[in-house]
Amino acid sequence: MEPTAKTARGLWRSVVQTGALWGAGAIFLALVGLVEAVSHRQIVAGVLSLAYALLLLAGLGAGIQVSRRWAGTAAWQRIVGGALAGALVGVAVGLLVVVGRSVNLRIMLINASPALYEILSFGLGVGGVPLMVLAQTGAGAIGAATPLLPPVFRRPVMAGLGTAFVIGLFQDLVQLMLQSGVRASLRSLLFTGDGLALHGAVLLFVFAAGVNVLRARYRAPASRWAVGLSPQRRQVLRWITLGAVFAAILILPWVAGLFISQVLVLVGLYTLMGLGLNLEVGFAGLLDLGFVAFFAIGAYTVGLLTTTGPLAVAHLAWWTVVPIATVVSLIAGVFFGLPILRIRGDYLAIATLGFGEIIRLLVLSDFLRPWLGGSQGVLGIPKPVLVGLEFRGPQQLIYLTVAASALVAFVAARLRDSRLGRAWMAVREDEDVAEALGINTVNVKLLAYGIGGAFAGVSGAIFAVMLGSVFPHSFNVLISINVLALIIVGGMGSLPGVMVGSLALVGLPELLREFSDFRFLVYGAVLIVMMQLRPEGLWPTAVARRELHDEAQAPAVPGHAVELAGAKEGDG
Amino acid sequence: MTLLDVENLHVYYGQIHALKGITLHVDQGEIVTLIGANGAGKSTTLKTISGLLRPREGRITLSGLDLAALPAHEVVAKGVVQVPEGRRIFGQLTVHENLSMGAYTRTERDGIDGDLERIFTLFPRLKERRAQVAGTLSGGEQQMLAIGRALMSQPKVLLLDEPSMGLAPVLVEQIFETITGINQLGTTVLLVEQNAFMALQIARRGYVLQTGEIALSGSAKELQANAEVRKAYLGG
Repeated sequence: MEPTAKTARGLWRSVVQTGALWGAGAIFLALVGLVEAVSHRQIVAGVLSLAYALLLLAGLGAGIQVSRRWAGTAAWQRIVGGALAGALVGVAVGLLVVVGRSVNLRIMLINASPALYEILSFGLGVGGVPLMVLAQTGAGAIGAATPLLPPVFRRPVMAGLGTAFVIGLFQDLVQLMLQSGVRASLRSLLFTGDGLALHGAVLLFVFAAGVNVLRARYRAPASRWAVGLSPQRRQVLRWITLGAVFAAILILPWVAGLFISQVLVLVGLYTLMGLGLNLEVGFAGLLDLGFVAFFAIGAYTVGLLTTTGPLAVAHLAWWTVVPIATVVSLIAGVFFGLPILRIRGDYLAIATLGFGEIIRLLVLSDFLRPWLGGSQGVLGIPKPVLVGLEFRGPQQLIYLTVAASALVAFVAARLRDSRLGRAWMAVREDEDVAEALGINTVNVKLLAYGIGGAFAGVSGAIFAVMLGSVFPHSFNVLISINVLALIIVGGMGSLPGVMVGSLALVGLPELLREFSDFRFLVYGAVLIVMMQLRPEGLWPTAVARRELHDEAQAPAVPGHAVELAGAKEGDG
Repeated sequence: MTLLDVENLHVYYGQIHALKGITLHVDQGEIVTLIGANGAGKSTTLKTISGLLRPREGRITLSGLDLAALPAHEVVAKGVVQVPEGRRIFGQLTVHENLSMGAYTRTERDGIDGDLERIFTLFPRLKERRAQVAGTLSGGEQQMLAIGRALMSQPKVLLLDEPSMGLAPVLVEQIFETITGINQLGTTVLLVEQNAFMALQIARRGYVLQTGEIALSGSAKELQANAEVRKAYLGG
């Protein structure tokens, strides 16, 4: 949908298109039940609930899109265009109310309840419809105005609004963190009983916008100052930073509380798995949809070798078993790789999918029940103890996952920059050429599967003690898909991307409990939007950025199409 | 002195008998060319020598050392490297990264840096563009990069598969000049080409392949003068 000629007709058409699209989006969110589900969650107590925030975001989005598309025309035109698109969103929502109240949509759309219409019409019945149109018009106009603001204004405003929104969204979690002492008085300043108070929201806005302004003002001088330091001083500065990070991690679980710690442990486990799968898919280009198998193997190894229950093979300490679990997963990875060495592309995805299922069905089977416990799983896995400190719950296990993730990320980074890493890159780019250049592609691919599997094994080992038991049902194919999705969202091949991806796709849905029924809806939507706007991921590698952006520099002929390049010759 | 010796090579694609007893040799310091029509088995011969395909029968030796049993990556380590057809460079990597990938089989740092400089002298264009993403190079530059990348492994024998394919005439000439230059620096070359005219101009000897068999062989001069070759491959 390129902006054709900037004719008046083209512009009107883009208003109608954009408005209809976002309106359809708003109706969709309403009819799947999301709007009603989040209507009790207040962003700003008594002023704005998440349901209305979502609905108004549709108008806002429409406004921004129209304004972007009309870039180059006069400011007032863009704002009017945005407002009209917003109005269309409002009309669409209003239409749903009018139609829904006269026709029983619930026969097919079970979420089209009277309560939903109440929300959509501000509790005023059909009389609320004009109000909705008006609100959406305003949202559209505001949305259209944002791209017009100079960045000096836009950035602090966005930062302020974003901060207030996020704090409001997670108000119960934030309040949990602010229980005693100074923190408690901060809590009473910002929050009322129902959520973020209006004055609290304003304070947060001012604070975040101020920080943003200060950061923009002092960032460059600060980095100049740091660069200007003598090497020794800079080393000291680096140690101080490192120490601060370390201290922050140390106190994190106690500030964050039990629930957030639990979520962070989960994020850590997925980060570990993501680092492993990233090594296979991102570094070596080997698609793997059966990745959960290694996670299961790590968990079961720990279970069987440490349990106090009847299935125990041995009663070893967790610390001794972790290396064993890692090696077992590594060997499993190599064996996993052997039969699929010659398979490429789509077929590889299917073959690996099979492997993941085989492992799950094996541990579930009656045949292996005497050894693996079948669907009962392995129970009674003791918590690890280190010099008197027992890793009892999430608040202790978080240290374990952070340490393991840091170690594994370090290993992954070193591998990436090694000879083996270069060989993986060659195999990813063109396996035949890699072979012709003297790379032993068999070894290189098996090592990718093996080491990737080993990382997941570490994750499984922590997972086993986190739950204190291991069940086959924990290892379904969705985990493999989740891990793949998170490395795509984070940025294929990028190490920080793995962490960002698991925070976004594992952490956020856990925190947004209202969303969790709609998790996969949000998931799919996020993936589609991501692939449209940032196909290279949230934190991409330099190579991926080169490939997918910078069209000025990038070719019309990417690497795989070189065979075709012969056709367009003669430009040397 | 015979460097590369191929004897009675038989290769099958499933049921299809692609090479039916190819025998050829390449002496130290020569440029030898394989010419022939599409599907005659030229590329198959090269791929078999470099270990990417397995012969069902026949011997391939490099200075007496058996190559036929070795996997492709070990063949490279022994000093036979192939520049694949169609300039398959790593499009997303930079020129420099592509070249260092070529030195994968080697471990000594100094030698590699020296070779890099030599390749940049051979292809000044690549030096100018060392930090550029290889996919953005022109066709001719990509071919140079593919050849340079192969040279980074310090081959004794360079196998070139259709280096002139899809290039503009002026670039074709340039590529063939480069091949002569590389040969003069001491690398033996086995060249597969459809452009028989150019290939026979720079080669010392040639083999004509027809449906998997050697139909004709001799010095480049003889082949250029041969009436059949003239009719079939040199346009009268």
